Amino acid sequence: MSTATTHDEHHHGAPSGIMRWITTTNHKDIGTLYLWFAFIMLMVGGAMAMVIRAELFQPGLQVVDPNFFNTMTTMHGLIMVFGAIMPAMVGLANWQVPMMIGAPDMALPRMNNWSFWILPFAGTMLVSTLFMEGGGPAFGWTFYAPLSTTFAPESTDFFIFAVHMLGFSSIMGAINIIATVLNMRAPGMTLMKMPLFVWTWFITAFLLIAVMPVLAGVVTMMLTDRNFGTSFFDAAGGGDPVLFQHVFWFFGHPEVYIMILPAFGVISQIIPTFARKPLFGYSSMVYATASIAFLSFIVWAHHMFTTGMPVAGELYFMYATIMIAVPTAVKVFNWTATMWRGAMTFETPMLWAIGFVFLFTIGGFTGLMMGVAPVDMQYHDTYFIVAHFHYVLVTGALFAIIAAVYFWLPKWTGHMYNEKLGKIHFWWSTISVNVLFFPQHFIGLAGMPRRIPDYSLQFADWNMISSLGGFAFGIAQLFFLYIIIKTIKGGEKATDQVWEGAEGLEWTVPSPAPYHTFETAPEVR
Amino acid sequence: MFARKLKCALCGLWGTVILLGAGNAIAGYTDTLNLREGVTDISHKVYDLHMLIFWLCVVVCIGVFAVLIYSLMTHRKSKGAVPATFHESTTVEIIWTTIPFLVLVGMAIPATKTLLALEDTRDADMSIKVTGYQWKWKYDYLDDDISFFSVLTTPREQIDGSAEKGENYLLEVDNPIVVPINKKIRFLITSNDVIHSWWVPDLGWKQDAVPGFINDGWTELSEPGTYRGKCAELCGKDHGFMPIVLIAKTEEDYQQWVTDQKAGAAAAAEAAMQIWTMDDLVARGESVYNTNCAACHQANGQGIPGVFPAIAGSAIATGDVAGHMDIVMNGKTGTAMQAFGAQLNDVDLAAVMTYQRNAFGNDAGDMVQPSDIAATR
Repeated sequence: MSTATTHDEHHHGAPSGIMRWITTTNHKDIGTLYLWFAFIMLMVGGAMAMVIRAELFQPGLQVVDPNFFNTMTTMHGLIMVFGAIMPAMVGLANWQVPMMIGAPDMALPRMNNWSFWILPFAGTMLVSTLFMEGGGPAFGWTFYAPLSTTFAPESTDFFIFAVHMLGFSSIMGAINIIATVLNMRAPGMTLMKMPLFVWTWFITAFLLIAVMPVLAGVVTMMLTDRNFGTSFFDAAGGGDPVLFQHVFWFFGHPEVYIMILPAFGVISQIIPTFARKPLFGYSSMVYATASIAFLSFIVWAHHMFTTGMPVAGELYFMYATIMIAVPTAVKVFNWTATMWRGAMTFETPMLWAIGFVFLFTIGGFTGLMMGVAPVDMQYHDTYFIVAHFHYVLVTGALFAIIAAVYFWLPKWTGHMYNEKLGKIHFWWSTISVNVLFFPQHFIGLAGMPRRIPDYSLQFADWNMISSLGGFAFGIAQLFFLYIIIKTIKGGEKATDQVWEGAEGLEWTVPSPAPYHTFETAPEVR
Repeated sequence: MFARKLKCALCGLWGTVILLGAGNAIAGYTDTLNLREGVTDISHKVYDLHMLIFWLCVVVCIGVFAVLIYSLMTHRKSKGAVPATFHESTTVEIIWTTIPFLVLVGMAIPATKTLLALEDTRDADMSIKVTGYQWKWKYDYLDDDISFFSVLTTPREQIDGSAEKGENYLLEVDNPIVVPINKKIRFLITSNDVIHSWWVPDLGWKQDAVPGFINDGWTELSEPGTYRGKCAELCGKDHGFMPIVLIAKTEEDYQQWVTDQKAGAAAAAEAAMQIWTMDDLVARGESVYNTNCAACHQANGQGIPGVFPAIAGSAIATGDVAGHMDIVMNGKTGTAMQAFGAQLNDVDLAAVMTYQRNAFGNDAGDMVQPSDIAATR
């Protein structure tokens, strides 16, 4: 393997000033843009979560009115899904995929620039609905018709346009990753030698291309129902409100795997590194990822057990859904077997990865419980599901993103982060996130519906505890920002390999990674 | 040193939280930790299935976590562990694919049985139609010609914190749904506007109310009692404020209730024939307004700018009676303004219009009589 050349850094270095970021076609710059955008959105969406938890701190209406509360839950969900988690994953892919497969850049660098620069405009348009007359979207991030069509505020049309733009961005990002993986691999880097992070993103990209047009379709149907007299979702005109849910969840279920598969990839990079032992079952991990991706297309109506589906439909979707537990279990077993009889050390990225394995497993189990249709008749639309999807999305996807940032930050900046601060961040976040979400299992089972600004008195204690956990978790992420900035500004010099057990092409280039890497393709044995 | 101290502090904090939880449980909060067992055969089956799957998950979870924790404690570089090099084992992969699969099959069998029982609405003794409205429920007894709306009665002062919250805060309504025990009751569930979801946890299920479609569900209660629930599907601003109260009565008491309801309907028809005074209309109108209109147009008649129009100073509420009556009776298509002609009786409609025309600084000065409403029907 040859190392990257750095001789021409001065000639082809970054242009300076703001134009560097606007005109850049460099995968590292674009990765950085994506990650900062995602962090800003995490803060915006997080601030909304703080409003929600403040209102739910006590029974009664104290902080906001019910309509604004609904706007907050809606925007919190949309911003976290489309603004924070997805762009952060794309940012990681932009930085890492070319370096991990020995490519000089992404296959389609100009499109890469465009797919990022759509995002700030889409995000701004989405957030601007808050300031429009009638308020922002207040119908939940799942925007069920007819609440989102006939009964929605004027600003909904801006929401629809924003979703379209986000979809364009995601599809272009996905095409770029597929083109890069298929065409840009270094000689000798066969598909079954690719690092798992690249594999999971490759599969995720196909999911994105398959379902983002479905999302575009459903919001377009909303648009024409709202403005052009169609009745897709209006029974009075021959339509069906439940059709909306079928189309939405045909997008929505693969979407949750879009957010979690790259996370699986990150964890599968980190655990072998710090266990100093190869991943137990590389090929079974690849097959499990592909199985999960396939199953994600045929289980969507488990989100709709209470909509009045025929019993045969409910049975089918129940069986198909609980099947997903099999490949997911294979993954957890594989991570466990990788750690088994390794020689582990517990630097910050490893802590986050272990936190992921434990807490994602809890989220996976509650997911299995909800797949069982007759019991879901009780669980559905309660805080039990709120607890479930926050365990898989916060302690799942977000924990993996944070783990990835600590893992690769030395490679990106050339500086080691402060290990002590990183560990404090981990323990602070892990404890507070459990105080935040674990009690939500209790109140959900006991009967508290989701998306309500006020609740009856038996839920008061747990809501207060949950809110305290929420505030603590929120502050912990400001601390994360401090750690990142401190690392960018300076710190102990990182070696090329950074971690003792690190293997892979990205660890063969200098830290920080030069502006251009692998202009001459490395040889992979 | 600092790190160790911090760890101690964090462990202490975590311990406190757990103790707090345990303490609560002991202090009689056990009913806020787990699924409600409910009061029907189906709800018990659902509960048992929930517990079965829960314990299954707990056992597997403890197994996996035990292996992980043992490994984390033992296989550390700091303890001199030397990494093994084993990887890839088809036998192991097949074993840990097959076992979860068999566990799932074991779960699917009882789940299928329960689901089939839950969805079997055949051979019902009586049917009640449940209609969701923004933000109240309507119950039609199809066999007895009884029909009424059920609206939240928790006072605004309790919600905004200026009064002590009552025991059934947000779980109390003016007209509860009343059913007899030991009868298989079929609920036909639909909606007038957006999707709602009718949910009484003690019955063991919820069912969405979808506009334009009818879903069904059933129950058979064995004990008289009061069971409370809530709308479970986000349905707009006051989604959190449309509870369900279901009262189960013995057959005898139920028949008495049916008789009382019919007598009440006759008395209301009688009242509609009389000429009302301005004061009586305004007094009654205020209570009708607060129950039916204030959620959107607000108790002070100011509405919410850009969302719900104000009644105070409104051209409609101070303009000619016919135009005002039209919008109150027929609603406005494509907005949250419902057709109240189908929801309220003549007296309530006359009263609320009179109130709107003469409150919040409006000074139309005229009255609407129940007979005026009747004339337009």
